[in-house]
Amino acid sequence: MSGVDGSGSLTPEPSNGRRRLRRLLGHAIPAGAAIGIFLIWEVGVRTFEVPNYIAPAPSDVGRTLVEQWPLLMRNFWPTFYESIMGFLFGNMAAILIAVAFVHSRTVERAFFPIAVFVNTIPILAIAPILVLIFGAGLTAKVVIAALICFFPTLVNMVRGLQAVSPETLELARILSASKSEVFWKIRLPSSLPFLFSALKIAATTCVIGAIVGEWVGANSGLGALIIDSTFNFRSSLLYATVFLSSGLSVMLFALVTIAEKLVVRW
Amino acid sequence: MAGAADPAGTARDYAAVLRNAVVRFGSFTALQDISLELEQGAFWTILGPSGCGKSTMLRLVSDLVPAASGEVSVLGKSTEEARLAREFAFVFQDATLLPWRTALKNVELPLEIGRRRNIKIPVSDRSPRELLKLVGLQGREDALPRELSGGMRQRVAIARALVCQPKLLLMDEPFGALDEMTRDHLNLQLLQIWAETGVTILFVTHSIPEAVFLGQKVLMLGTNPGRLREIVDIDIPSPRAIKVRDTQEFTKYTAYLRRLLEAD
Repeated sequence: MSGVDGSGSLTPEPSNGRRRLRRLLGHAIPAGAAIGIFLIWEVGVRTFEVPNYIAPAPSDVGRTLVEQWPLLMRNFWPTFYESIMGFLFGNMAAILIAVAFVHSRTVERAFFPIAVFVNTIPILAIAPILVLIFGAGLTAKVVIAALICFFPTLVNMVRGLQAVSPETLELARILSASKSEVFWKIRLPSSLPFLFSALKIAATTCVIGAIVGEWVGANSGLGALIIDSTFNFRSSLLYATVFLSSGLSVMLFALVTIAEKLVVRW
Repeated sequence: MAGAADPAGTARDYAAVLRNAVVRFGSFTALQDISLELEQGAFWTILGPSGCGKSTMLRLVSDLVPAASGEVSVLGKSTEEARLAREFAFVFQDATLLPWRTALKNVELPLEIGRRRNIKIPVSDRSPRELLKLVGLQGREDALPRELSGGMRQRVAIARALVCQPKLLLMDEPFGALDEMTRDHLNLQLLQIWAETGVTILFVTHSIPEAVFLGQKVLMLGTNPGRLREIVDIDIPSPRAIKVRDTQEFTKYTAYLRRLLEAD
């Protein structure tokens, strides 16, 4: 058969040692750049004697991260919980509505403009409204986090469910496949790569949603801690909280990426 | 001329019968007054300039497009009844494999469709594994489509088409996107499969040599509107080997068909 034998590559394969060196270098360069920025920051703050409340040195932030760890964790878990719940509800709703859209053109025509409209409202503008409706408790934050996840997943999922070639649909028709068979055996699996790109976006935005929700009104959570430390000029704590927030996003993103590797093997 | 409509013959003896079949897309007439009788076990090829309705003819027989007027029957049934009974299978130009399924799982797909609805599905005497062996893909059962070459993917598609023991195999330029060596190889393999299974084949191609090499008859279509111009008998005995293409007889047919194509 055609071209399954050996590689026709002209460049010689690098030896094992060189390949390891190159991979090490691949990690070392970005790590070095990050360390460099921290160093410049540290030296800059110390040389120009910038007051701690304007810009704390990285070493101060690190110390706060360790010293205030219990406080940070107490505020981490509510945000974590709100983000995860928002992620689950927002994406679940988006997937179900995408299925309805693909199933019925009328439903799509009726509700897609509304979905677009909701998406155009800045999350900062809608957050107070939702806090008024649902109160200062958990629900409002989950709803805000869900809302921010919703639209990218809806759009991608609709696209994914429709990303079936006309010939594949003809094949299904020749096999006299029912609508549900086409959905479960063809449309749903082919939408998965699209769904996972959307979930990666949602993994980071749901944290933003939760934090914005906490800004508007909350006693605990990373968002509340950000507001509190800003108004009290506890800048080191503010920076530590910001790092922890982005750490949460990175963790959720990594989880989605691992899930994608396990599910989308083709 | 062979294959002209014969009202006396019983439709059941034919894999497909078309009588004055017309296909229209809006005001555009894609096929005009097509009449033919495809005998069971035959291998016919369809040749014609692009836009002459070659693919439309296969889609008409396979119940993908309706006839505006005239009659179409497959094994004595309406095209819809034949489709529900899985009397025919279709091989597209693109292999249309599901990328998340292995080769074997792709071959098994037609058996899964309708199983939960308790629809009686005809099953080939050959298991999906044996069908993959028949197309020369033993050992690659667990390969994903992206791990297979274009020719291999098309062979999986052929195995999938055979899994419900169809009596009629409709092929729409299945080897059109492949390189010539792979195409030759698959042409030979298809003739072998035809001989072994006894399936009737209607095969669309835009390659004159391929049409002559595979077909017992070549249906020559013309454009504007798409119509049946001539049915050319190819009197080259089976089994055919690739070297048949170098004979004078073979080139006589290809030259004749080329003249017909150019005269349209």
